[in-house]
Amino acid sequence: MDLGTINPILLVASLMVSATPILLAAIGEMVVEKSGVLNLGVEGMMITGAVVGFAVAVNTGSPGLGFAAAALASALLSLSFGVLTQFLLSNQVATGLGLTLVGLGLSSLIGKPYEGMKSPTLPDLPLPLLADMPVIGPMLFQHDLMVYLSIALVAAVWAGLKFTRAGLILRAVGESHDAAHALGYKVVRIRLMAIFFGGACSGLGGAYLSLVRVPQWTEGMTAGAGWIALAIVVFASWKPWRVLIGAYLFGGVTVLQLNLQAAGTRLPVEYLSMSPYLITILVLVIISARGYHGAPASLGRPFHASH
Amino acid sequence: MIHLVKRPQPSRVWTAVTPLLAVVLTMIVGGIMFAALGKPPLEAIRTIFWDPLFHPQFAAYSRPQLLVKAGPLILIAIGLSIGFRAGIWNIGAEGQYIMGAITGAAVGLAFYPLDSFIVFPLMVIAGALGGWAWGMIPALLKVKFGTNEILVSLMLVYVAEAWLASVSSGLLKNPEGRGFPGSRNFQQYDAGANTEVIAGTGMHWGVVAAFVAVIFAYVLLTRHIRGFHIRLTGEAPRAARFAGVNPGRVVIFCLGLSGALAGMAGLFEVSGPAGQITIDFNSGYGFTAIIVAFLGRLHPVGILLAGLLMALTYIGGELAQLMLGLPGASIQLFQGMLLFFLLATDVFTNYRLQFGQGETA
Repeated sequence: MDLGTINPILLVASLMVSATPILLAAIGEMVVEKSGVLNLGVEGMMITGAVVGFAVAVNTGSPGLGFAAAALASALLSLSFGVLTQFLLSNQVATGLGLTLVGLGLSSLIGKPYEGMKSPTLPDLPLPLLADMPVIGPMLFQHDLMVYLSIALVAAVWAGLKFTRAGLILRAVGESHDAAHALGYKVVRIRLMAIFFGGACSGLGGAYLSLVRVPQWTEGMTAGAGWIALAIVVFASWKPWRVLIGAYLFGGVTVLQLNLQAAGTRLPVEYLSMSPYLITILVLVIISARGYHGAPASLGRPFHASH
Repeated sequence: MIHLVKRPQPSRVWTAVTPLLAVVLTMIVGGIMFAALGKPPLEAIRTIFWDPLFHPQFAAYSRPQLLVKAGPLILIAIGLSIGFRAGIWNIGAEGQYIMGAITGAAVGLAFYPLDSFIVFPLMVIAGALGGWAWGMIPALLKVKFGTNEILVSLMLVYVAEAWLASVSSGLLKNPEGRGFPGSRNFQQYDAGANTEVIAGTGMHWGVVAAFVAVIFAYVLLTRHIRGFHIRLTGEAPRAARFAGVNPGRVVIFCLGLSGALAGMAGLFEVSGPAGQITIDFNSGYGFTAIIVAFLGRLHPVGILLAGLLMALTYIGGELAQLMLGLPGASIQLFQGMLLFFLLATDVFTNYRLQFGQGETA
């Protein structure tokens, strides 16, 4: 094996690209969970976003439209979860699983004709001045628009939750829906909006996978990315910047194992490709051994305003 | 305005009616979907639900397939349902299924070409142990560290898939396979083959095991103190703790049992219908079994019926693919929709509708 073939600058740059889909999905899911809803359908929404984004980008020739359509499609799909859990008071765990199964079926149905096609992809957008810096420039500032947007989204979510009235209300609903209801806040409406936002983010993440990261459509291409996004929210203790750290850590592991595969280690490929999942488990264990700090108190509990 | 008013007790009538309602709704929406795909909706529905059983030409082939497909689904779903009852969400049955198949097949291949009646039972035990061990990972992590079993069990599916890819072209590869990936075929190894118990019915040993599991689960849940503890843990965890139920033990029992049953299902599949370990011998039964468990209302008898129904959609789906050119993925979507409609209509089990302005708004 020749570790010298691994270029650290390229490694960091591709780490950011590889982390972006998970980062987008995870930050969306974090907002959903902050409102007290556990949506396990991230995987299904991501893959729907991946296929819709790809199909629209191929047909219109515009990756931007692809991303917009992916966000919309996944958000609409997530609304079905919203209606079931918020109006029909179904079990959130079961409904989230159902959403994943529906999403996987729907995506492979839509995606069949697009297998093996090429789509237009996002151009790189080097940031002026910053991109010209040695080492740091090519690492951090020569990416496509979505990479920057995903980081901006983390910042926006952080600021929104911490400093705005809407963020405060969202957190209140997540901590105690009964108290929030008693104060006159529309718990169901607020949660539906959070679910919609989470769906849109998952869709963007999925579309990033099929339009930039891979870029191609293959059946089941998310390969657990949505579930890893869920794990990262736990890892992050429901804090936006830690979601960023978690996603980049995970992106790093993925890229590193791919690089090791390419460099030809003596470890069989299969063991390398299971490593991201094993590390996710390991991280979950470490986090949970410390106890779940920061989980919204009403997470996963159904709300029924009967009294 | 329409209000939902919580029922003091879940309605028994609606508990039985909602699965049927969900099937009907799925047929309607599925029919619309088929029409949108440019296929005749009524014919498609008939091909999926009726032809596999009664078509003069195909029924002879597809009827035995019903048991072949329903066997693993029921076996896995029974295990899952016991966990779901206790609020323990094992969604990694697919991984336990794969690991059971690998360990069971490994034992069988180790004995090759010994011709003894003991080989197959040993394989079954090894398969159950393999699935059990894989289920023990999330169980122990949950008990010891409080790690979320949903995420761990799911992650382990991907690990198991990678493992399967590794052994099918490495450790368990057929030495006489001319370099092709995949193990020896158990169909050609009598002592290790999962044969039909009654020829021509599709009833192999896995189906027998599934029926036994149904009876076992029924007795456990309705007659045994452990079953009572499981139900109590799911419905009122605090009360269960006061009653002296050890929650950790329930977690270990439920995940171990569902893992063992899934592992057995994997072994029966790999030594019977699939025949050999290949990189993609698993066909998502572990995930479909989740739908079966819910569709059967987490009740053993319900799961038996739901497993048969879900097997019907598999076979009917294949038939519709063949005869109408229906895309294979539409059946997957169809099954997912079934779960969705079931969860949606389930509201009537626990709530009743009240029209007009309720006294409490």
